Amino acid sequence: MTRVLSLILYLILAPFVGAFLDGIDRKITARMQGRKGPPIWQPFYDLFKLFSKQMIAVNSVQLLLNCSYLIFLAVAGGMVFFGTDILMSLFILSTADMFLILAASSDSSPYSNIGASREMMQMMSYEPMTLLIAVGFYLATGSFRVDEIIAQETCAFWMMPGLFVGFILIMAIKLRKSPFDLSTSHHAHQEVVKGITTEMSGPTLAIMEIGEYYEKMLLLAVVALFFIDSSIISWILGIVLCLGVYFLEILIDNVCARVNWHKLLDICWLITLLCGGINILILMLI
Amino acid sequence: MDRLKKSPWMLHYDASSCNGCDIEVLACTMPRFDIERFGIINTGNPFHADILLITGGVNAQSAQVVKQIYSQMPNPKVVVAVGICACTGGVFKDCYNILGGIDTVIPVDVYVPGCAARPQSIIDGVLKAVDILEKKKEAQTHE
Repeated sequence: MTRVLSLILYLILAPFVGAFLDGIDRKITARMQGRKGPPIWQPFYDLFKLFSKQMIAVNSVQLLLNCSYLIFLAVAGGMVFFGTDILMSLFILSTADMFLILAASSDSSPYSNIGASREMMQMMSYEPMTLLIAVGFYLATGSFRVDEIIAQETCAFWMMPGLFVGFILIMAIKLRKSPFDLSTSHHAHQEVVKGITTEMSGPTLAIMEIGEYYEKMLLLAVVALFFIDSSIISWILGIVLCLGVYFLEILIDNVCARVNWHKLLDICWLITLLCGGINILILMLI
Repeated sequence: MDRLKKSPWMLHYDASSCNGCDIEVLACTMPRFDIERFGIINTGNPFHADILLITGGVNAQSAQVVKQIYSQMPNPKVVVAVGICACTGGVFKDCYNILGGIDTVIPVDVYVPGCAARPQSIIDGVLKAVDILEKKKEAQTHE
């Protein structure tokens, strides 16, 4: 019953909580830069506006692909919140990303094609770590199932601190934060125009944004998964640490200059190998 | 129905400006004036933009670009001409290559005079444009 409830709550509330967190993100970012910043509800205003705009699409398949992106992300997140297989959820997450890449490559704009190829480069960087995290959960708790992972006596974090560090890194890529925001040029608006979202206008862009909010909640849920065990206090701790990690991502976003894709690959695979690999090795030996 | 009013995204294009107005436009996005506090984002993409902000007069080369950018923006949209060159052609009006102000090529909604236009007046002009955007939206829904 609680599983169904958490699934329904996720599907309904995730875009709202995601947008609210995004608003806080923009406010904190502005304060870190010495600006006043937009209102906290700004992402909601943006979404409302995007839905009321005219839709210009060079290619009508783009809307369909973006809807697929949204639905697959909702399914991937729903699986975690329903308490089923985390490995499957992470696979569906990367499938969802493929739809975004297809949406960006479906038109002839060179900028969105650059964005698509950079997005693929990003996938190549974070995919090994994603897989290792699922394996790490299995080795640490003996199950891929989320409901069994959170029913453990001690939380998974103590068994997999290296993987947690790796997850913070790939979360920065997934949330399109500064050192790694290659594909959308989230902050440098004019660089590759808007990268992957260049040809998306109005409702199409809004659907993609909602998809991102679902993804954000899924990633935060995985952060919480590291800390939640059978006790009630760990749930509170999990939520607090989720917010802590989110703040850390904002901080990383504001203090780091962007890297190029060579560096991105080097950093990601080095940390995957060092933190993830050694952690997995230890887990396999003990 | 103030959804447009709260999140106007801006596209800045330099038609043939001397960069004076451009620097003032960029100053609007900096911490001192922080145009993002009105929800305005300086986006580089016509597909996302609601407000087209143009500096400098139109010349033979930039006329096509201005027309194309304007046609790529989704409705409703407004145009703000920033600086006296964008309004009328300014001191370059009689040059052989200058066609004149932005309104010789596309319809302009708000004129922000000045050489260079001050950040305060640019922000004022953009916020006036936001009101016009709202009216255009209403006119569109009544049609």
